[in-house]
Amino acid sequence: MPETANPTTQVVEVPVTETSETVAGAPHLIALRDVGKHYGNVIALSDITMDVDAGRVTCVLGDNGAGKSTLIKIIAGLHQHDAGTFSIMGEDRKLSSPRDALDAGIAAVYQDLAVVPLMPIWRNFFLGSELRNKLGMLDVPAMKRITKQELLDMGIDLRDVDQPIGTLSGGEKQCVAIARAVYFGAKALILDEPTAALGVKQSGVVLKYILRARDRGLGVIFITHNPHHAYPVGDRFLLLRRGKSIGYFEKSGITLAELTGMMAGGAELEELAHELEQVGGQTERIEEIRAAEVVPGA
Amino acid sequence: MTAAGLVPAGDERLAARSPVRKLLGRPEVGAVVGAIAMFVFFAIIAPVFVQPDSISTVLYGSSTIGIMAVGVSLLMIGGEFDLSAGVAVISSSLTASLFAWYFSTNVWVGVLLGLVFSLGVGFVNGWILVRTKLPSFIVTLATFLMLTGLNLAITRLVSGSVSTLDISQLDGFGVAEQMFAADVPVFGITVKITVFIWIALVLIASWVLLRTRVGNWIFAVGGDEDAARAVGVPVTKTKIGLFMGVGFCAWIGGMHNLFAFNVVQSGEGVGNEFLYIIAAVIGGCLLTGGYGSAVGGAIGALIFGMANKGIVYAQWNPDWFKFFLGLMLLLATIINLIVKKRAEQK
Repeated sequence: MPETANPTTQVVEVPVTETSETVAGAPHLIALRDVGKHYGNVIALSDITMDVDAGRVTCVLGDNGAGKSTLIKIIAGLHQHDAGTFSIMGEDRKLSSPRDALDAGIAAVYQDLAVVPLMPIWRNFFLGSELRNKLGMLDVPAMKRITKQELLDMGIDLRDVDQPIGTLSGGEKQCVAIARAVYFGAKALILDEPTAALGVKQSGVVLKYILRARDRGLGVIFITHNPHHAYPVGDRFLLLRRGKSIGYFEKSGITLAELTGMMAGGAELEELAHELEQVGGQTERIEEIRAAEVVPGA
Repeated sequence: MTAAGLVPAGDERLAARSPVRKLLGRPEVGAVVGAIAMFVFFAIIAPVFVQPDSISTVLYGSSTIGIMAVGVSLLMIGGEFDLSAGVAVISSSLTASLFAWYFSTNVWVGVLLGLVFSLGVGFVNGWILVRTKLPSFIVTLATFLMLTGLNLAITRLVSGSVSTLDISQLDGFGVAEQMFAADVPVFGITVKITVFIWIALVLIASWVLLRTRVGNWIFAVGGDEDAARAVGVPVTKTKIGLFMGVGFCAWIGGMHNLFAFNVVQSGEGVGNEFLYIIAAVIGGCLLTGGYGSAVGGAIGALIFGMANKGIVYAQWNPDWFKFFLGLMLLLATIINLIVKKRAEQK
């Protein structure tokens, strides 16, 4: 079980550093320096630099095909980077499998959730890390009890952990997956588009759990294409486009409007403003879009 | 058959699920109802069906399918199936018989060689599958054809005919016969030892599925292979292991075949693979994997045995047998489909 340090009380503004250490001198939980990856002659990712620290949320933003998936696959051990360095707690690593990543304390919650729909919730919760008793058999009562308790701690009150996980709603499944990672002592949690398929209310629930995981001392990597989901929970923002970083900011260094503007891309926004002008009216909206085009550091 | 179990439970928080409803949610429930219905049906139209001797005969018939259905059920829960399982049984007995006869060794040398061969076939099936990522249909269809050819060709090379030669004079035959083909007296009736082997295998398989880590992995690789891999389940080992499990069952079936009849017909076994798959499907194993039970496969085999022998006791034309089997299969598959939809969509 992870210790529940409460780093939200620290009001230390950590600037974006290019070393693999924080200002305090401790190594970053995860630090990427100029990481790149190519598949054959296709360059999927190049020169990515980002940090993940305990009790902080690093958001990775980008449109479809921006390289977000490749990035998390490297961190989660599904792929290996072939340029730059990837260090965990200051130590250079190349993860060879998801198991390897888990052993290093990195757990990933995927878009498709990595749950087996027909299996009971408790079996899914412990899948791959089953509890066994002295005889080497599954300790079913303990697993059921822990599953129920852990979900309760996450604020999900399930009557029956024996029901197939496929019967839960999308948000609930996300939360089971997050609770699972937290329980198994993950130090870093990768969340791949957890809000992509969810409605407004469900998304809010998941964002709440992201903060709860952060407050329990986890370093969270939150992948999304929605700046409105990223901004309220994020401490750092890495923006990707076409496999390259187009900006890496502390929260203090960027506003929601700027983030949205960078996400959408200046040129496309100009085009949109132009189109609105042509159909006439909506002056206020055009001003808003024009304002968003002014992006810092790009 | 299980219409009552398929009605959505409404708001589950309001009322606890009754034990009956819980029972109806189990994979093999359709098969149990079907088995009871079939037993009652034949008991009424053919009173001889319920006599102890007849029951022993039905159980024996069921066990020869059921032993294989254990391995095949686990494999299907793991998301694959094996078309080579039918001829693999004969391959195993041929390996044992031909080797022991040709070199005039103790039959146990042949028996152990048969085990190695059967596990090897399972390993090759599984290994090719995970390495090439081809569907199990293609891989095991290929091994099915190759084994069918090997069975005929090598038997003719060694013995000069389509069947093996009698090995009952060789050393160790008596003990092996006792082990794989004995008649066990139970309360005045004789029951073939395969029935007990079958029951033991079902119990072991159920225990593995429900109470061990490997069982959890089997459900997971069948239910969602990628998800299983992502949380650290050794998918490759699990799948290869399941194919080797089928190989182990094929060895037991093959040894029974050899020691019950002393000689082996090299062309047999073709088509039996479907009986095993049918038993597993009737028993509630989903063809697409991730759902089912070992007990279900056993009940599926029992239904097969009852239909097979019941038609004879009822003095019907056995032509009808396949029709019944097909009908059972269709009904069972439809029920399974509804169960799966219910679990995934709610």
